[in-house]
Amino acid sequence: MAGNVATVAELVGSNEQTILPDWVELQKKAGTLQTGRITENELVAQSRNFLHLLRDGLAKGGTDASNPAYAPAKELLAEVSRARAIQGFSPSETATFVFSLKQPLFNTLTRTNALSPAQVAELAWSITMLLDELGLFTLEVFQKSREEVIVRQQREIAELSTPVVKLWDGILALPMIGTLDSQRTQVVMETLLQAIVDTEASIAIIDITGVPTVDTLTAQHLLKTVAAARLMGADCIISGIRPQIAQTMVHLGVELNVISKATLADALAIALDRTGRMVTRKKTTATSDQNKTLAGKDL
Amino acid sequence: MDRIPILKFGNALLVTIQVDMHDRLATALEEDLTSKIVDANAKGVLIDISALEIVDSFIGRMLDNIAAVSRILDADTVVVGMRPAVAITLVELGLSLTGVKTALNVERGMALIHARLTTSESEDDDAEE
Repeated sequence: MAGNVATVAELVGSNEQTILPDWVELQKKAGTLQTGRITENELVAQSRNFLHLLRDGLAKGGTDASNPAYAPAKELLAEVSRARAIQGFSPSETATFVFSLKQPLFNTLTRTNALSPAQVAELAWSITMLLDELGLFTLEVFQKSREEVIVRQQREIAELSTPVVKLWDGILALPMIGTLDSQRTQVVMETLLQAIVDTEASIAIIDITGVPTVDTLTAQHLLKTVAAARLMGADCIISGIRPQIAQTMVHLGVELNVISKATLADALAIALDRTGRMVTRKKTTATSDQNKTLAGKDL
Repeated sequence: MDRIPILKFGNALLVTIQVDMHDRLATALEEDLTSKIVDANAKGVLIDISALEIVDSFIGRMLDNIAAVSRILDADTVVVGMRPAVAITLVELGLSLTGVKTALNVERGMALIHARLTTSESEDDDAEE
């Protein structure tokens, strides 16, 4: 059996000139190049490298894919499928890379005289098993890379959607966008508290205009944030509660026991008042009237 | 046994916690502070915990106790300089120290106590009038 596998390895080596073009042709037919995500040269290079590594694996490690001799081949597959996952290939397109090698390989096996038909059948089976395993491995890496992308994006979204804005000296605003789960509350809390320390703010306005729903859990998260900010010596004002949300909260029996205002503007007004400031309309003097008329002429 | 020093600062007491609190130290502080408030006739207690990195429920409860005792003895407690991580931990422990006043730093904490002292003095004046 081992001797036969070695024969296959030799066959793969000596028939590279026929296997490689057949294989690349099959991949092209399956549509690998159609979308223009990789060039033909890249595909040929990937295929040739894999064929070489597969031959080495067959020569040293038999047809057992878990054999260490297949480590380089697996490494190449992982690299290829990771790249394809990022380039946006579909899972079947990625798996085709390995599975389409079967046909050219079996053609080579059947054409040879060095093996009896029974041996060919037996080898065909074990090579199918080997390639299936490598194909599954490819898919697994593909899936894992996609998941990594998703996790990274989630993290980025979480960071993007929790900015802390300085509205005035000592007044911070926290416009919340998206659903509030425990993990995001943690991020929000940490960024808010750090911002309070950095800017020495005494008032933080939490604006929940962008929060689609508020249930008991969300309210609890909000209250935790408020309590933590209070421990740091900053008062919190909640703003931007939409009418429907206000109704839902009352129906659910959620109580926020915090100062809440309908809009961010109202919240800012009370925050300015608390810090001893006020906003007044500029007096229209003769000079500003002149400026206006001048500006009007420019237009 | 180690004790945390309590400084008298006008009508206020100043406590700066510079070491990691252990339970015995916390109980001792509570006792010392109580007697000191009475001795010094203090109207405000400022506890600076900016150097405190680790809190547990016991320390949290101690802060709450000190605040409650001082309130009975007619003194305000202001906890200042809490670190963000400590604040999050206390909230997660369910201790939001509702009876305690808080401020970002010693300066603001002092301002809070002064504000209270001046208002209570003016009230006294009003009463006398």
